[in-house]
Amino acid sequence: MVHMNDVCMAYKSSGTHAANGLTLDIDEGEFVFLVGPSGSGKTTIIKLLTGEVRADSGEVNVNGFDMMTIKRRRLPKLRRTLGVIFQDFRLIEDKTVYENVAFAMHVVGASKREIRERVPYVLKLVGLEGRETRLPQELSGGEQQRVAIARAIVNSPRLIIADEPTGNLDPARSLELMLLLQKINELGTTVLVVTHEKELVNAFSRRVISIDAGTVISDGMDGYYAYEN
Amino acid sequence: MKINRIGYLFKEGVRSIFTHGFMSFASVTVIVACLLIMGTFSLLAVNVDYVIEQLEQENQILAFVDDSLTDEEALALQPRLESVDNVSEVVFVTREEAMELFVEKYEESGSTFEDVTSDFFRNRYIIYLNDISFMSETADSVMDITGVAKVNYHQEISQGFISVRNVVSIISVVLIIILFIVSVFIMANTIKLATYGRREEIAIMKMVGASNFFIRCPFVIEGLLLGIVGGGVAFVLEWLLYAELFGKVSASFIGALISVIPFATLMWPMLAVFIIIGLVVGVFGSNVAIRNYLKV
Repeated sequence: MVHMNDVCMAYKSSGTHAANGLTLDIDEGEFVFLVGPSGSGKTTIIKLLTGEVRADSGEVNVNGFDMMTIKRRRLPKLRRTLGVIFQDFRLIEDKTVYENVAFAMHVVGASKREIRERVPYVLKLVGLEGRETRLPQELSGGEQQRVAIARAIVNSPRLIIADEPTGNLDPARSLELMLLLQKINELGTTVLVVTHEKELVNAFSRRVISIDAGTVISDGMDGYYAYEN
Repeated sequence: MKINRIGYLFKEGVRSIFTHGFMSFASVTVIVACLLIMGTFSLLAVNVDYVIEQLEQENQILAFVDDSLTDEEALALQPRLESVDNVSEVVFVTREEAMELFVEKYEESGSTFEDVTSDFFRNRYIIYLNDISFMSETADSVMDITGVAKVNYHQEISQGFISVRNVVSIISVVLIIILFIVSVFIMANTIKLATYGRREEIAIMKMVGASNFFIRCPFVIEGLLLGIVGGGVAFVLEWLLYAELFGKVSASFIGALISVIPFATLMWPMLAVFIIIGLVVGVFGSNVAIRNYLKV
């Protein structure tokens, strides 16, 4: 599903080495936390996985796409196999909840009928029934993030990447959201959550990959503990 | 591509015009303003050209018929004169008509013409030309016709008109080109500004796997529609402006001296040009404007 081997990558503009011999593998159906301090390379890993940046050397393979050689015009195809969730939700402000989710289905060329059937199902799954006609600014932070999750899962992606999904939420909403991601994972989707919220990570007995200075420093089921030491 | 998808993209383009109402209004206003300035100047240039052309047509060659020819023989020259290159029209004037014209022209000055008879005058032809720049060549050809005794024309006046017309044409073309470039630049920048506010939206589209075509299509449709609306509005305003000025010029003393081209004559070409410019600027502008945001 995700295979990174000895990946090195430096940003040309600043010369920062964001990945230094990074190696990690994520298998189908896993639920993984990726943790690390600011500037450790977490965001770069996401960018490498979504094709926003390309590694200088090593191997990067995502859902069968070789990210070292992928052509720019093939990137939309790769991204349709991913569901990405951001800290700042990134919803389209002038579209309703329903339209924000349906939009992702239009992108993949779904028929009107498929959209009519699938969108209400997904909104129900994330607990947004009855909010279909609301605009994003009319929703709370937690609800907005749920819309983002609904949009991420509506096309049944193989892998969900959540970049600090609870960064703008209070602890109770954060826990709800993680439970929702867990539920999605139980339905068969691989989930990668990038976070540095210690309590949240420790509340789930899941695989935790810790990185620092662009390299993996621990990989196990020991919660945030490994990173702290 | 499915009809369903095309319909969705078109609907998104139309919807975007209204959801970003202020920027749409700004884009249309700039397109209208630029087209109005360019259109007004072009109309002015076309009219100046038209007036000069009319004045040119007043310029004519007089061909005097040999006195030895009878009236019938003189009249028989007409088809031969008409067949000369560059001749647009030939009018036969008899001695008697020539005398009447002469008397009419000078009697106001108080002169008396009791002693003047038509014998003082020759039968003649007034010859109008297609292109006065070939006046002397045409006059030579007319002179070569047997039965033509003499030709009269004013080479220096025709040269003057040609010079004025050339200068006006060059100035018009240069100014219209400059105005066009400035207009395209302003319009493209306005569209760029309108698109800048939506770069986040484009980034989201990219992230959910939208192809560049899928992202670009609604923007281009939006630009196309705004361009057409801008072109249409500019056309209507130009029409009203022209009608107003046309009325004023016709009613004033200038109207007695020159005639202005009626708008109906220029209407369709002008509408076509306005719509095409609006459309090209709209489509091209929006396409160029979002290009940078697509490289994610």
